[in-house]
Amino acid sequence: MTSGIRFDAVSVAYGDTTVLDALTLTVEPGEVMALLGPSGSGKTTALRTVAGFVRPRSGRVHIGDRDVTDLPPYKRGIGMVVQQYALFPHLRVDENVAFGLKARKHPRAEIPGRVAEALEMTGMAAYARRHPRELSGGQQQRVAIARALAIRPDVLLLDEPLSALDAQLRSGMLAELARLHRELPDVSILYVTHDQVEALTLADRIAVMDRARLQDCGTPQELYRRPRTEFTASFVGNANLLPVRVTAGGAELAGTALELPTDGAAPGSSATLCVRPHLVGLGAGPNALTGRIAEVQWRGATHRLYVDVGGHRVKADVRELRETPPLGSEVTLHFAPEDAVLLAAGVNDG
Amino acid sequence: MLVHSRTGRAASWALFAVLFVPLFAVPLLVILAASFSTHWSGAFPSGPTAGHYTAAVRGESLQALTTSLVTAAAASALALTLGTWAALAAAALRGRGRRLLDALFVLPLAVPSVVVGLAVLVAFSRPPILLNGTRWIVILAHTVLVTAFAHQSVSAAIRRLDPMYEQAAAGLGARPWYVLLRVKLPLLLPSLGAAAGLCFALSMGELSATMMLYPPDWMPLPVLVFTATDRGSLFTGSALAVVLMATTLLVLLAVSRIRTKATYR
Repeated sequence: MTSGIRFDAVSVAYGDTTVLDALTLTVEPGEVMALLGPSGSGKTTALRTVAGFVRPRSGRVHIGDRDVTDLPPYKRGIGMVVQQYALFPHLRVDENVAFGLKARKHPRAEIPGRVAEALEMTGMAAYARRHPRELSGGQQQRVAIARALAIRPDVLLLDEPLSALDAQLRSGMLAELARLHRELPDVSILYVTHDQVEALTLADRIAVMDRARLQDCGTPQELYRRPRTEFTASFVGNANLLPVRVTAGGAELAGTALELPTDGAAPGSSATLCVRPHLVGLGAGPNALTGRIAEVQWRGATHRLYVDVGGHRVKADVRELRETPPLGSEVTLHFAPEDAVLLAAGVNDG
Repeated sequence: MLVHSRTGRAASWALFAVLFVPLFAVPLLVILAASFSTHWSGAFPSGPTAGHYTAAVRGESLQALTTSLVTAAAASALALTLGTWAALAAAALRGRGRRLLDALFVLPLAVPSVVVGLAVLVAFSRPPILLNGTRWIVILAHTVLVTAFAHQSVSAAIRRLDPMYEQAAAGLGARPWYVLLRVKLPLLLPSLGAAAGLCFALSMGELSATMMLYPPDWMPLPVLVFTATDRGSLFTGSALAVVLMATTLLVLLAVSRIRTKATYR
């Protein structure tokens, strides 16, 4: 059986502070949904309403066909992995993994097989008799995942599972999680993170959260290429956001006419031009912008240029330059019309 | 390290010795010396003998030691159960209810034990609950006195316990009872051990409330130490005191070994 998650106008408040504001979102069966947002955006609260540790003030939470809003956590049948792993320190690895099965009164004879299977899947079979304190952070995280998978949940909740790991380990675990999901295609995963790379890598869809609200939701490609709000554009991929005036065939930025798809925006109205730094090129080309170099950062394979164009700062990531242009010198930037997106002004409050 | 220089460190050790030795070590050493002596006319006790110990581990003395051990074990077990229960209950409450429950259980700490003894005596000297003249009144008074300590140390440990373990267990499908038995109590075990040791030691040494309550057939060792010295049998009393001290220390040592085994992090 597979089951997804459905948030139906779920609000959570502590006193007068609303920490989750009418979230409506559906995670399809077998889908990986990332809840992406800065801290305090309500993403973890949303996850905890599914786990049952936070009670919504209003709205309903469904897992599959079941309305679980009023169910205690132990009746929800979810697997959960948190940032600090929360492995039981007094139990060995295999006992930790068996915990959920024993608590659910699973047939005793099947438990060792299920534990071995879960440990095998996470590559921790060799560590079954260790105590959690004898494992590294990455190994503890694998055990925590094995423990959550052992009960064969329909829904897996991952709350910043990689943020306690160092960068190198994190990318390895990210690949592991992707592999696990390929092996368990029926499990729906709700993945809370503040890291856009994790969300872009792993998720089928991303829900972008900010200030207790859902800002945007779509596939990683949609959000990255065609963000609908300024918040999404800047939080996912750190885009250039430039105020422009819409014209018949494009837009006008600080006196320069630009050619780009307007998607039916009314000529004369204000809008925000969104273009990714790595899609901005140096030198002449379509949609040329002339400005002065304000700052240059060397990033190994690329140089990041900050260029002042008519009072607006434009970021451009270009292939490593042989000679870096001196600060204050005049340069020309360009971008292809199809790489730009116009956002209606003010949608970021949405 | 608080003091860095070599002479500074030497000076602080010297100060420690000057304060510690006369205050803590000498009185205990004197008791130990007296327990092996027959008379004490000069500066030091003299006339070495082991006779007081032969007497201290048989007959009335042995019975008093057993009485003390049974009383302390029973009172600690009861106090630990009640104190842990109350601490867990208080942790589930919020605000005023929690403060009220905490205050109620800490009350015996603020009341002199003589008063607790008197209160227990008055309360249980007539029906419906007539305990006066039985061993139970001693055990009850000791339980009342030491529960406060058990409650305090266990509730401090519960506050330190990260709620993520409880939540992880609940998320895996464990009902509250299962979480208590398999996660919370095992994680609290080191603190429970410490609380048990404290309760046991306090009960072993309790005198003032016991004096008001003990029946003739249930005389704990501290009472015997007191009556022996009160009669003027200083050396016998000293031997009994050393036995009391050594037994308590042995039990605490055993408890601390269990605690070390139960410490996970």
